[in-house]
Amino acid sequence: MKSILPVLTVILAVLLIWVVAVVPMNIHLTADQAQRDGLVVTPDTAIARQEFSGIGLAIKNPRLIPLTYVGKRPNLPSPHQIATEIYDTVFGKKITSKRSLVYHGWVTLAPTLLGFVIGTVLGIILAVGIVFSRVMDKSVMPWAIVSQTIPILALAPMIIVVLGAAGVQGVLPKSIIAAYLSFFPVVVGMVKGLRSPDAMQLDLLRTYNASNNQGYWKLRLPSSTPYLFASLKIGISASLIGTIVAELPTGAKAGFGARMLVGDQYGQPILAWAALFAAAITAAALVGIISMIERGTLRQMGMKST
Amino acid sequence: MTQNTTIKAEGLHLTFDTNDGPVHALQDVNLEVEKGDFVSFIGPSGCGKTTFLRCIAGLETPTSGNISVNGMTPDEARRARAYGYVFQAAGLYPWRTIGGNIRLPLEIMGFSKSEMAERIARVLELVDLSGFDKKFPWQLSGGMQQRASIARALAFDAEILLMDEPFGALDEIVRDHLNEQLLQLWARTEKTICFVTHSIPEAVYLSTKIVVMSPRPGRISDVIESTLPKERPLEIRDSPEFIAIAQRVRDGLRAGHGYD
Repeated sequence: MKSILPVLTVILAVLLIWVVAVVPMNIHLTADQAQRDGLVVTPDTAIARQEFSGIGLAIKNPRLIPLTYVGKRPNLPSPHQIATEIYDTVFGKKITSKRSLVYHGWVTLAPTLLGFVIGTVLGIILAVGIVFSRVMDKSVMPWAIVSQTIPILALAPMIIVVLGAAGVQGVLPKSIIAAYLSFFPVVVGMVKGLRSPDAMQLDLLRTYNASNNQGYWKLRLPSSTPYLFASLKIGISASLIGTIVAELPTGAKAGFGARMLVGDQYGQPILAWAALFAAAITAAALVGIISMIERGTLRQMGMKST
Repeated sequence: MTQNTTIKAEGLHLTFDTNDGPVHALQDVNLEVEKGDFVSFIGPSGCGKTTFLRCIAGLETPTSGNISVNGMTPDEARRARAYGYVFQAAGLYPWRTIGGNIRLPLEIMGFSKSEMAERIARVLELVDLSGFDKKFPWQLSGGMQQRASIARALAFDAEILLMDEPFGALDEIVRDHLNEQLLQLWARTEKTICFVTHSIPEAVYLSTKIVVMSPRPGRISDVIESTLPKERPLEIRDSPEFIAIAQRVRDGLRAGHGYD
């Protein structure tokens, strides 16, 4: 409960800045529209108004300020417009409808989860290989790092086109891009975790004449658990970003990424912003779920969460 | 080598190659430890006492010289699980209960389930921790954790117990108590114990044989056979005999320091 107050304070500050910023961001558009609707605006031509800053124009036309919050196609939608849009598209539509945000959310969530599972399994397997084999350490690790330096935005359409040509469609191509982003933090975290037992712990096992296998199952794997969870939290949000990126350049018809793209291309910023916020809320929820599992698991294991 | 010799080191040298040139951790170390001895190794940091213990355990390999443990090489002895090793830190696994931690070596060595349970109960009783097997390490004090780690080293019935400053991180009151308990445990189990320490009173109180070591290069400067009786109440530390032995240890340590 103690953590609620600072979080709320930050949210409130952000909202305040946002609400204030809406006026200068939208005032020019609002003035143009108001003039078309027959209201008196000073100065009375759009070109003359361009000479004024957003704040200056708002001071000249205080009556227009309330209208900046309700424009249909604002530069910066106001918070309540986004909230209303999210509410309408989450609760106001049947979830099978193409206009339902829940529908689009699931279209994005399914490949996110699948990609996260693929990435995590792959990451753990690679990490185990890297820790146990010097050859893999030398050969795989540099490539894992290089893989993350390639802009995913450039890579995603290639992967989808190549997979599409190979007949793979649907959830899987997006999952692969999600996995591509999420395996890396798991590899790094697990390698660190599997190497975390100190020299004394390893010596103790040597005094028992324990095999490498026994050392792995009894010491290294349990020791790596806190590191794994830290990685999973990064991995799941990377997965979601990967899926959305995969939706952007490929003309996807559904999903958060498609909604953002449609909103931008057809001049419906409220729609794009709603999708953006829905994606952020989804990511927060996913990370929250993993945090809860982490806390429970580590408490069970007598460890504190990192 | 007599029938009773458990550990025998002859002309042992160990040199570590470091960036600042070779470090002579052990130089010409000769020592015999009889079965049932309680041998303490005392000396300042860098005198090689821990290194020597690790040589006995097969965790370090000497550069030259011979060392045998139970008539085998240290590595063979390690593979035969001839000794239990207690480190300065208890090093219990936080995700295992106390019982689970003691079960660790037994699992690795492949004991049967019923035998594990029987052994865990027996060694917990030996270190006076009966009833704590379901507790997790964080629920125990530092001294109790160290006792649990001793129990873990005793669980598989090795003849030799190697202890590397096991009470070094504990306060003096707890330490006194554990020293007393360790002596009782030694009397009951008749193990051969090699014990590394910084503390003169601890070494004199516990040992049948005190090995005084000095640094740069690490070597043995004196071996003192204790004349104290096997039965040792804590008060024995005020006796003239005790003080005389402690004096000799102190002289040995000072002589060792004279070289640098």
